[in-house]
Amino acid sequence: MTKQSDTEITAEQLREHVATLLAEHDPARTDRLDFLRARFDAGLAWVHFPVGLGGLDAPRALQSVVDSELARAGAPDNQPRKIGIGLGMAAPTILAFGTEEHKARFLRPLWTGEEVWCQLFSEPGAGSDLASLATRAVRDGSDWIVNGQKVWTSSAHTASWAIIVLRTDPDVPKHEGMSYFVLDMTAPGVEVRPLRQITGEAEFNEVFLTDVRIPDSQRLGEIGQGWQVARTTLMNERVAIGGGALPREGGMIGRLAEQWRNNPELRAPDLHDRLMRLWVSAEATRLVGERLRQQLAAGVPGPEGSGAKLAFATLNQAISGLEVELMGEQGLHYSDWTMRRPETVDFFGKDAGYRYLRAKGNSIEGGTSEVLRNVIAERVLGLPSEPRVDKDIPWKDLPR
Amino acid sequence: MTSANLLYTDVEDDLRASVRDLLSTHCDPTDVLATRESGQPYFLELWRKLAVELGVAGLHVPERQGGQGGTLRETAVIAEELGRSVAPVPFLGSTVLCTSALLGVPGSAAATLLERLAAGTATGALVAPLTSGPAGEFPTAIRVSADGGLHGTVSSVVDAAVADTLIVPALGAAGPELYAVPASAATITPSTALDLTRGIAEIALSGASGEQLATGAAAAEALNTALRTGAAILASEQLGIAQWCLDETVRYVSQRHQFGRPIGSFQALKHRLADLWLEIISARAVARYAADRIGADAEDASIAVATAQSYCAEVAVHAAEECIQLHGGIGMTWEHPAHLFLKRAKSDQLALGRPGEHRRTLSELVDLPTC
Repeated sequence: MTKQSDTEITAEQLREHVATLLAEHDPARTDRLDFLRARFDAGLAWVHFPVGLGGLDAPRALQSVVDSELARAGAPDNQPRKIGIGLGMAAPTILAFGTEEHKARFLRPLWTGEEVWCQLFSEPGAGSDLASLATRAVRDGSDWIVNGQKVWTSSAHTASWAIIVLRTDPDVPKHEGMSYFVLDMTAPGVEVRPLRQITGEAEFNEVFLTDVRIPDSQRLGEIGQGWQVARTTLMNERVAIGGGALPREGGMIGRLAEQWRNNPELRAPDLHDRLMRLWVSAEATRLVGERLRQQLAAGVPGPEGSGAKLAFATLNQAISGLEVELMGEQGLHYSDWTMRRPETVDFFGKDAGYRYLRAKGNSIEGGTSEVLRNVIAERVLGLPSEPRVDKDIPWKDLPR
Repeated sequence: MTSANLLYTDVEDDLRASVRDLLSTHCDPTDVLATRESGQPYFLELWRKLAVELGVAGLHVPERQGGQGGTLRETAVIAEELGRSVAPVPFLGSTVLCTSALLGVPGSAAATLLERLAAGTATGALVAPLTSGPAGEFPTAIRVSADGGLHGTVSSVVDAAVADTLIVPALGAAGPELYAVPASAATITPSTALDLTRGIAEIALSGASGEQLATGAAAAEALNTALRTGAAILASEQLGIAQWCLDETVRYVSQRHQFGRPIGSFQALKHRLADLWLEIISARAVARYAADRIGADAEDASIAVATAQSYCAEVAVHAAEECIQLHGGIGMTWEHPAHLFLKRAKSDQLALGRPGEHRRTLSELVDLPTC
């Protein structure tokens, strides 16, 4: 055994920590939030985080040991579906770029779900070219004064805090003039409006910022370093969207297969061949994910991760499209167009029509499929990059 | 179900390195074309080195049966490498189809032949059209007459022109039978094949006598195992073909300039290559899964094979077609080796069951029946 593995925590030790937590805070007799806070303080929130910040510096792979032990004991969880942005994007960014004060202030209520987070990156004029963003922050003493508009913000209507990238210097090329902040969503001048989407719901919002003051103490990273900080966030976003272990027929293909099995009267030969092609593609994509996990476990991550989200988007759209066709006359109907503001992202909804419409977003959110293809072509295959006409021009002189 | 190792083991990596080394010296795609032009369709000296010196002919045959005692996972790695260099060697016909047919057959006749095939001292051909898939009925083209003689004609038999022994599925009075027949007892007529690097031939038997290897269900099972294993291993060959096509195309579009830029900097080409890359990583995952599952004789081996063959056959064709198109004019020439890969990929798509046939099999296995 190497010295490193002597000092690293083992699964057995983790089980002991869990047993101690359960003994001291019986989930049956403890308030939900009190239990979650105790779990955080015991280092069992995210075991790969540092000691004192909800973790034990343990290997990330051991998290599943904790999760399954606690689930078995009937312990409450932190409803991860409602706080995905906080867990997947804000937390790793705060951990990497925050001060000790930031980490101590934000991570605990973020993890317990007491404070919901949202992400204010995209703007009406800055989508795939995020680095061209125009929401301005002007220094005023120890504060920054912010004006502009952000868009495609899920959870903005439930969030207490946001991570936000702002233009702090318009006189330098676009990548060099941004800074990254934490924004109090209750601050004066922050206005959240629902953005209704093609499903009829408003899962996303527009966020208008008018003379909003952000203390400079809420900056993550150096002034002008916003792009590097944002890249950390986005890297974690793509992992979060494409990841996750699935059994065979897990995900969207399972719905389609179930409809096929349950409704013999809807079957047709042309649909059958398409069904089987998609079944095979879904199985292939599942095995790519499995192979990726095996590579990570063996400590040799491959480039497969870059493809997972692209494959997922293409597949979901094709599967849900076929499902609508398969439904025949029922495919002409839709569950409900009532405007709602859901608290969680839902790819499945009530019917095939919803799945078909929602899946349109899969190839846009978190990096469009076109941008992902560029990333694969340039970073994985090593193809020459596109000439960048805006690279050395000050942001304020760019055409828009 | 998910316990299959989808990565390559150290042993498999080492094996790949040895084979690639040998192939890079003796089987560059441009040599393949030149040698073919000189009237030599197979690289028999290369095959001797691979089969005898490296032992690839008996990799998945147990040591007590004269092989290397490895698994089909390793045989699949060889198939990838041979696909990557479109090597004209009788690996599919002899090593994959014939040894797999014999592996489960009891009796000394089968054992002796298996040992010779595994050692590379004999070369076999399985007398069934290369298009036969694992889902098909037992063939009736060859019949056993009352005196025990074999009669009939079978076309498109893979690697038959260089075989010394034929394994013949034949219909006897009581049903399926399996025979070993010396190639010298048959009339073997090589056909002009679409695939320039893998031969097919017509085999005519008119009363030849052979050694009976199996009868009844055992004979049918031997044939089915051979075709199913063949379909699994072919998926790895298709992966190797596709990988060569992608690598070569990426190399070409990175150095070819038009409009003052490398053409690989245009998104129209980049996106096609990114999509192809995605297909290839998927093909790798399903091909590895199939090789592992069939090698372990796992419960879902048939699902894994049908999935792999349905997927990889089309990826190889797509990769070869993209390779030609993205090479522009040069890709259409006889001189450039891209056409060898297209011809192999397109022929492989028909081999051992079309993708659509495998999808039909799959639909029954996973309870998604047709109308």
